[in-house]
Amino acid sequence: MSILVNKDTKVIVQGFTGKEGTFHSEQCIEYGTQIVGGVTPGKGGQTHLDRPVFNTVKEAVDATGATVSMIFVPPAFTADAVMEAADAGIELAVIITEGAPVKDMMYAKMYATKKGMKTIGPNCPGIITAEECKIGIMPGFIFKKGNVGLISKSGTLTYEASNQVVKEGLGITTAVGIGGDPIIGLSYKQLLPLFEADPETEAIVMIGEIGGTLEIEAAEFIKENITKPVVAFIAGQTAPKGKRMGHAGAIISGGQGTAQEKMEALAAAGVHVVKSPADIGKTVAKALGK
Amino acid sequence: MNIHEYQAKEIFRAYGVPVPRGGVAFTGPEARRVAEELGGNLWVVKAQIHAGGRGKAGGVKLARSLDEVEKLAEEMIGMTLVTHQTGPEGKKVEKVYIEEGADIQKEYYLGMVLDRSTEMPVMMASTEGGMEIEEVAAKTPEKIIKVAIDPTIGFQGFHGRKLAFGLGLSKEEIRPFIKFAEALYKVYMDKDANMIEINPLIKTGSGEFLALDAKMGFDDNALYKHPDIAEMRDLSEEDPVEIEAAKYGLSYVNLEGNVGCMVNGAGLAMATMDIIKHEGGEPANFLDVGGGANPDTVAKGFELILQDENVKSIFVNIFGGIVRCDRIANGILQATQQVEVNVPVIVRLDGTNAEEAAEILKNANIKNIIPATDLADGAKKAVAAAKGEL
Repeated sequence: MSILVNKDTKVIVQGFTGKEGTFHSEQCIEYGTQIVGGVTPGKGGQTHLDRPVFNTVKEAVDATGATVSMIFVPPAFTADAVMEAADAGIELAVIITEGAPVKDMMYAKMYATKKGMKTIGPNCPGIITAEECKIGIMPGFIFKKGNVGLISKSGTLTYEASNQVVKEGLGITTAVGIGGDPIIGLSYKQLLPLFEADPETEAIVMIGEIGGTLEIEAAEFIKENITKPVVAFIAGQTAPKGKRMGHAGAIISGGQGTAQEKMEALAAAGVHVVKSPADIGKTVAKALGK
Repeated sequence: MNIHEYQAKEIFRAYGVPVPRGGVAFTGPEARRVAEELGGNLWVVKAQIHAGGRGKAGGVKLARSLDEVEKLAEEMIGMTLVTHQTGPEGKKVEKVYIEEGADIQKEYYLGMVLDRSTEMPVMMASTEGGMEIEEVAAKTPEKIIKVAIDPTIGFQGFHGRKLAFGLGLSKEEIRPFIKFAEALYKVYMDKDANMIEINPLIKTGSGEFLALDAKMGFDDNALYKHPDIAEMRDLSEEDPVEIEAAKYGLSYVNLEGNVGCMVNGAGLAMATMDIIKHEGGEPANFLDVGGGANPDTVAKGFELILQDENVKSIFVNIFGGIVRCDRIANGILQATQQVEVNVPVIVRLDGTNAEEAAEILKNANIKNIIPATDLADGAKKAVAAAKGEL
């Protein structure tokens, strides 16, 4: 089992024929993901990576039965692409693009929600169900199959965490990179219950960072609803106030969104909070009694 | 991106958000001319820097004659202003804003930001004008009235009434206030702002609302839509090393410590700073060389880190994914030929082809380069090296 995506998930790629879209689609296909086609306006009817190219998402969905879209279009067109996917009946959009304007994404997410489409990202590595389906830009081989669910705002830190978990002789069910922008799609609070309900997932790792309140909301949710052990690391304990740390959303503003307050809230909710990022794997193993 | 008060007020004027009349000046005589044109017998001379707390630091002063305007402007231009928002090094004043004196009857606070939990812009008002809003939020949160505005319906009368009644405004004051707030909402949305702060918003003797101060910040990702705003960028307000880093697609933030960090990915870069602290050291910087590090970005990274004379060791922490570690190892070797690296460099490469990478570094046999096996090992070695104990 897994959450959201598996070996049967049919995926199309928006921005299929671009440089990034092409490279990462190839990698996903190699991993075993069912990429069934792609969308590039004006290139409909062509074939790319042995798969059909469509002018619109609607045509792609009608022809292939895809339910998930992986989005690689440039930042200025990202919101449009997301809304097109929602309009065409896509169930989950995985938005990889970095640098989309916040206001655009605000409208796009509102429309997606109205249409019942889930979103992941933007500015994220994507989602991977180990050894079944990779929809994103992460190096697949790091995610060995196992029983740990992973939710993270950061890309490379997700790889680090998964690597540590695997070194403990454990593995991953599904890992979701939710992104570090001010407005993102699925977050801890929506993903935690999916892992709670997934019979294969026995423990959950959540990686957060400074800025915003998502981790605090997650802590409240965990307290009431999650019975599986949760291990958390919050990046940016040493970050100065008022400085943006790489991610658009990683900023302590007005004294709000510090690592300290998030760690305290999570610890109070019974989460195993690690101070050192090197202790994630060990702590998961310990929580599972291994 | 942030802009100056005088620039924010230009934008306000264009949108019908009332502000006092004023003009910018770069010299004393220029300041005098601006004051003369404004007329009257009371002016305010305001230092233009990207930081709050100017008043207390001596960056906002009243002048009662043209001579005084000129004298104050001359004193302010060139001085370094230290406020609670500038850090101890302060900020150099390069221009002043001369504004007509206002008849202040009452001071309020009015601001807008993106509320990340409702994912909507939120307008905040308070009767505690002139005070730091963070302080008000901490001590008397009930004095802040917040209204989230769903952008699909836009600013409605009820939003304005909620704020106006919350502030305890009288019947006559409500209409001009709502007009003010509605115009402000339009500025925020039209310009892809991510922050507007008016502190204080004043009510004059004649019942007008005026933005006495104005701060604006913008979404960097949206600047391509607004060339007029992008043009307002004042590079002298930013850290030159951060500007240099951005040119190469790197993200750098200078910190106080002595262990330099070079990492791929923002989250891992923050985590690397944290583990250095955890191991008893102090990070010298945040540096994200991007998900796919290459020889050029690594070389540039070394250059940026070494501009900071405090740096005693460098921790290179790269998790290779799609980009293979052996390529990065070669990049590091190449970089050390391009840039003279005179401090110990602790290198931790993990992920794709990590073993080949370790072999490459070992065979290169450069005395400054010390391999590390994992995150904790690398951090320990980097901290020890900075203390001269390795």
